[in-house]
This record gives sequence, C-alpha cells and structure tokens, in this order.
Amino acid sequence: MNIVVCVKQVPDTATERKLRPDDKTLDRDAVDGVVNELDEYAVEEALRLKEAHGGEVTVLTMGPAKATETIRKALAMGADKAVHLSDDALHGSDALSTSYAMAQALKKIGFDLVILGSESTDARTGVLAAMLAERLGAPQLTLARKVEVNGSAIAIERITDYGYDKVEATLPAVVSVVEKINEPRYPSFKGIMAAKKKPVEALGIADASVDASAVGLAAAYSEVAEFAAAPPRAAGTIVKDEGDGGVKAADFLASKKFI
Amino acid sequence: MDDLLRLDDQLTPEQRMIRDAVRSFVADRVLPDVADWFEEAVFPARELAPQLGALGVLGMHLDGYGCAGLDAVSYGVACRELEAGDSGLRSFVSVQGSLAMFPIWKYGSEEQKQEWLPRMAAGEAIGCFGLTEPDQGSDPAGMRTIAKQDPSGDWILNGAKMWITNGSVADVAIVWAQTDDGIRGFVVPTDTPGFSAPEIHKKMSLRASVTSSLYFDDVRLPASAVLPGVTGLKGPLSCLSEARFGILWGVLGAGHACLESAVDYAKTRLQFGKPIGAFQLTQEKLAWMAVALEQAGLTALHLGKLKDAGTLKPHQISFGKLANVRAALDIARQARSVLGANGITLEYPVIRHMNNLESVLTYEGTQEVHLLTLGKVLTGLDAFR
Ligand SMILES: Cc1cc2nc3c(=O)[nH]c(=O)nc-3n(C[C@H](O)[C@H](O)[C@@H](O)COP(=O)(O)OP(=O)(O)OC[C@H]3O[C@@H](n4cnc5c(N)ncnc54)[C@H](O)[C@@H]3O)c2cc1C
Ligand SMILES: Cc1cc2nc3c(=O)[nH]c(=O)nc-3n(C[C@H](O)[C@H](O)[C@H](O)COP(=O)(O)OP(=O)(O)OC[C@H]3O[C@@H](n4cnc5c(N)ncnc54)[C@H](O)[C@@H]3O)c2cc1C
Repeated sequence: MNIVVCVKQVPDTATERKLRPDDKTLDRDAVDGVVNELDEYAVEEALRLKEAHGGEVTVLTMGPAKATETIRKALAMGADKAVHLSDDALHGSDALSTSYAMAQALKKIGFDLVILGSESTDARTGVLAAMLAERLGAPQLTLARKVEVNGSAIAIERITDYGYDKVEATLPAVVSVVEKINEPRYPSFKGIMAAKKKPVEALGIADASVDASAVGLAAAYSEVAEFAAAPPRAAGTIVKDEGDGGVKAADFLASKKFI
Repeated sequence: MDDLLRLDDQLTPEQRMIRDAVRSFVADRVLPDVADWFEEAVFPARELAPQLGALGVLGMHLDGYGCAGLDAVSYGVACRELEAGDSGLRSFVSVQGSLAMFPIWKYGSEEQKQEWLPRMAAGEAIGCFGLTEPDQGSDPAGMRTIAKQDPSGDWILNGAKMWITNGSVADVAIVWAQTDDGIRGFVVPTDTPGFSAPEIHKKMSLRASVTSSLYFDDVRLPASAVLPGVTGLKGPLSCLSEARFGILWGVLGAGHACLESAVDYAKTRLQFGKPIGAFQLTQEKLAWMAVALEQAGLTALHLGKLKDAGTLKPHQISFGKLANVRAALDIARQARSVLGANGITLEYPVIRHMNNLESVLTYEGTQEVHLLTLGKVLTGLDAFR
C-alpha cells in the first residue's frame, strides 16, 4: 500500500505566536517550528498500516525551507521518503489554495491512502482533509479514532458527540485522524540517524503543476483585515455568596453563553 | 525559562532531535512517577529497560551489535535530558552503556559481544560494573577480589564488591579482580552459583536507583569469561572515563531542572506583597545559578567537541566532572533555599536532585580525586599517596 502522510510544520504552541506586521501572515521565522501534533498520530497510523500490510510511507509537507526539520522528524519515526513542496509563491495561501497545491502534489506522487491530522494548531480550520478528498475525487473518512484496511476496503470509526460512526469506503481514500487513534512512537536514535540518508524530493509549484495565480496571499479568498494583541487578562470579579451563589454563577455562565 | 546563551543552537538538527526524543520520553514515562519511586526507594528497571532500548539510549555511543553509534555530543545531550528526570535514571543508562557494555565492546571476545551486546542494547539484559569494594574505594588498585585459574582452565572468583549500581537487577556483572597477571575483567552471568547481590537500603540519595553489594563465593567461570583485551587498572579506568563524560553532561539536566523550578517558584510565590523573584537577593541567586549552569554547559559542549575530534584527555574529563557536578550541586542547594519549605518536599524536584547529586559528587571519582588529578597535571607532583 502506498500511503502518503501530510505533515505540517507549525509554530511551537508553547511559545508566543505573532503575525507579521507587513503582510499579516503568521511569523513562522520568529519561533521554533514543530510537527503539528495531530500529524504525529497520522504518521504513527501510517507506519502501523505499513507494518501490517506492507508498502511505503511518503511524507508530504507544504511549507517554507525551514520545514525540513519537521520532515526529518517524520522520517526519523520511520517514514520511507518525503516530498517537500516549497515555493515562495505559496506563502500566504489560505485553506482553499493550500488544498489545491497539496492535491496537485498528491496527484504527482500517487497514493492508495492519504492520512492527515484532523487540524493544525496554527490555522485550526480543520478543512484540509475534506477539501483534498473533493479535489482528488476520493472518499473522505474524517476524524478517525480507528482505521482498518482489508484489501481495497477501508473502514474507520469516526468520533461524534454521541459516540462513533462506522464509515466504509474503497481505496484510494483520504483519512484524517484524532489523537484517540494511537500513541505516536518516539523517533529512535537509529531512526534519527537513518533519517539523514532518506530521500527528500523538493518540489516547486511548477514541478507540481500548480498555477501560480491560484495560490499565495493574492489568491486567498479570506483576508486578515486587521489584528491586535490580546488584551491583558483583566482582574476577576469577586462575587460574595449570600445564599444566591449558585444563581450568580449560573447568570455569569449564561452571560458568557456557556449555558 | 530563557536559556541565556542559547548553547543548543550549536547542536546539529540530529542532536536536537535526539534531545527532543529523550525529553519527551522523560516527560511521559519518568517525571509523572519519579517522586514516588524516590520516596518508595524503587527503580522499575525491568519495565524501563526495554523502553530505553527501543529509544536507543542503551550503549548509544557504541556502534554495531544493535547500538545506535551516536557522536559524543549526542551522547552527552541524551544524558543531560535523562538526568533532568533523575540522576538515578541517568545512572542506570551510564552503567549499562559505559560501564557494562563498553568493556565488552572494547575488550571482549567476539563471542562475548555476540552473546551480550544486542540484548543489552535492546534492554532485554541488564548489566552492572563491580570495581569498588567495602575497603577499596578511591584506591581500587588494592582490591581484594581475586580470580584464580584451576588446572581445568576455569576461573574461581572470590571476594566482595560494594555500592554497585544495578547489582540486584543485573543479568550480567563486569567484575574486576586480581589475577596472577594483574587486574582483569570478568563477564559474570548473575545466575552463576556462588554469586549473590543483596540490595543496599537506607540510602538518602539516588533512591530511585538500585545499589547493591556483590558477593563471590567460589564462583566458577569458564576460561572464556575473562575479557581478553585488557590487563591492569587501565581497563576499569577507561570505562570510568566514558561514564564520567556522560556525568559531566548529565548534571546539567539536574541543574536545569532545579533552576527552572526555582525561577517558576520565584515568579509566583508572594511574600511582603510581591513575588519573591522581585527581591534583589532572590534575583542574585537566580542569576548566579544561571551563570554557573551556562558555564557548565560550555564546558560540556567543548569537551564533547574534543571527544568527537578524538583528542579528549582523561584530565579534561576530570575537569568537567569536578566543575560541573560542583556547579549542579551549588545550583540545587540555592534552588532549595528559593523554594523555602516547599524546597524540602518531593512535590518539587529540587531536593531529590540535591540529594542525588551528593552521590554523583562521590561516585566515578570523588571531588578530591579529581582535584588531585588536576593538581598533578598542574604541578607534576603526585599527591595521591
Ligand atoms: C488568524 C487567521 C485566521 C485565518 N482564517 C482562515 C480561514 O478561516 N480560512 C482560510 O482559508 N484561511 C484563513 N487564514 C489564512 C488567510 O486567509 C491568508 O491566506 C493568510 O493570512 C495565510 O495564512 P498564514 O499566515 O498561515 O500564511 P503562511 O504563513 O504563508 O502559511 C500559509 C501556508 O503556506 C505554507 N507556506 C508558507 N510559505 C511557504 C513556502 N515558501 N513554500 C511552501 N509553503 C509555504 C505554510 O506552511 C502554510 O501551510 C487565516 C489566517 C489567520 C492569520
Ligand atoms: C550511589 C552509588 C552508586 C555507586 N555505583 C558504583 C558502581 O556501580 N560500581 C562501582 O564500582 N562503584 C560504585 N560506587 C562507588 C563509588 O565509586 C565510590 O564510593 C567512590 O569511588 C569513593 O569510594 P569510597 O566511598 O570508598 O570513599 P573513600 O575512597 O573511602 O573516600 C572517602 C573520602 O576520602 C577522600 N579521599 C580518599 N583518598 C584521598 C586522598 N588520597 N586524598 C584526599 N582525599 C582522599 C575521598 O575523596 C572521600 O572524600 C557507587 C557509589 C554510590 C554512592
């Protein structure tokens, strides 16, 4: 089975993240980049599927040059090779154009199964899996907490508010995973050393047949109009319980639309 | 907490990945439980060994036989991250890799290597290293443990070792003993009749680590049990050099954990209407701690580069072990004072590290032994005896 895992480099959530004043995009240079956490679960699932069924795991990353660090981590976990889609023209892409560029790259790579985390910690749109499936004309099996492959049949358990749905399809398909699915392995030292020698293919937009006018900041359908720093946390209000503490707490929660 | 000199920027991407892998392992598998292990004086060696093996830390600086073959700086960084968890964890790894696997790897026969190294790298077999004896510590040359060859060629081992890390949980002991030709090393399976290894209790330091006595009562070993590649004290001393290199990095982790804990505490603990970190006396403590930690980090990085270049000298390892353990212990003690009463509980890592570092100060050459080593290099005069 030919599995492609989409892995994104995101700014470390433990650090303070900033937007660039010039073009209002995320300042990806200012902070350490890490593997988007959910994507580690996607890599783990791909590796387990490969261990069970054979085949090959390819990592696909769209991101600036710096994202190679993230690719190396996925390779250190055990992926076989990687494709790095990187081009200045892609900077500023929104979800729609990102899915277009990624789909073009996936068509070029070829796949039986595409696996990705269900959202990234930087953008949190959670739409890439659905958009990719649509663009690739493949079934989408999203929010999987369990994946089973049997020949060309694939079945997942999709988490819902009330439990889970069982969703079945045939390969090729696109699957997004949630953190309940597995426990990602630590990259082993041997894996880390071996990752240095694994092939990473660099793709520019022309190599992936991506139309420059359909990607990047200028082509984005959504626009960051303005932004401001989050206000410092205001001092809390202290409410004295005069027998009506419960009512006051409920009123407060209702005023914030929590209940 | 800010890393003032950003020394880790000097690391290669692979070295950073090794750091991150060990750091997350320690955060997930060690930090949640280590205070309990310390309180209960247990170390779950059998449980952790295969996990550490899968990660690749056991014998990480050796190559072949299932070992990862890392450079010296990577080895150091891994030790640092392990010891940020607990010195007991790092001790387990140092003993396994540098004191038990290293002599087999360096001085062992091909059969000894094949038999032990792959299983030890995987954490399926645990090793210990017996040099120190009840009456011979800093001066191991006078050891009393003795091995004699009988007419069949078998070795008969008699004597006792003390303060042996991993002793009671080990599958194999590397035992140094006097022979007619001088000091030799023996690969002793711990299920050999006549071998026993009772655990030492009532320790107030390295409680999350197994420390034992070893007794050899007519332990009969085949002729092939001796390490063929070395005779004399240089055998065990070369192992100690490997392990000390791990220690001079490892203690940076303990020091970092203490400083981080002190900085966090100083920012949140209010007295006299403000955070104690806003008082100049506290800031002075924190600043000196950070300076000492970064200087120790520079020493470690420099020595790591020398080791990778193949030019590191034993007295330079003494320098690093002496200076960095001293720095970490001072940091731990200062951090303890910043935490006030909370500094004496296992709710915070500080007193655990502080007590552990008292062992680290003593084992692998006491502070005094390393001072005498440097004194000898400086003056050309031997003050050991
Ligand atoms: C707060 C916020 C909310 C947003 N909400 C939405 C939304 O709801 N829907 C939506 O569609 N868009 C959304 N966007 C995106 C926005 O509409 C613009 O498209 C733009 O701001 C791009 O986002 P970015 O800051 O992540 O840009 P970038 O940092 O440029 O990142 C965009 C993408 O391009 C990749 N990339 C960057 N440089 C390169 C390169 N050299 N080579 C290859 N790949 C590269 C990144 O890895 C990332 O995947 C949002 C952006 C922000 C900051
Ligand atoms: C927790 C723990 C784990 C250990 N694990 C192991 C292990 O796995 N394997 C192993 O073989 N050993 C191990 N050791 C033993 C350790 O290496 C010895 O304790 C150490 O070498 C010191 O020996 P000693 O305790 O006999 O002290 P001594 O040598 O008796 O020294 C007592 C004091 O006298 C000082 N002193 C000695 N000689 C001189 C001198 N010439 N000039 C000035 N001062 C001097 C010392 O510096 C020290 O301060 C371990 C020890 C501990 C505490």
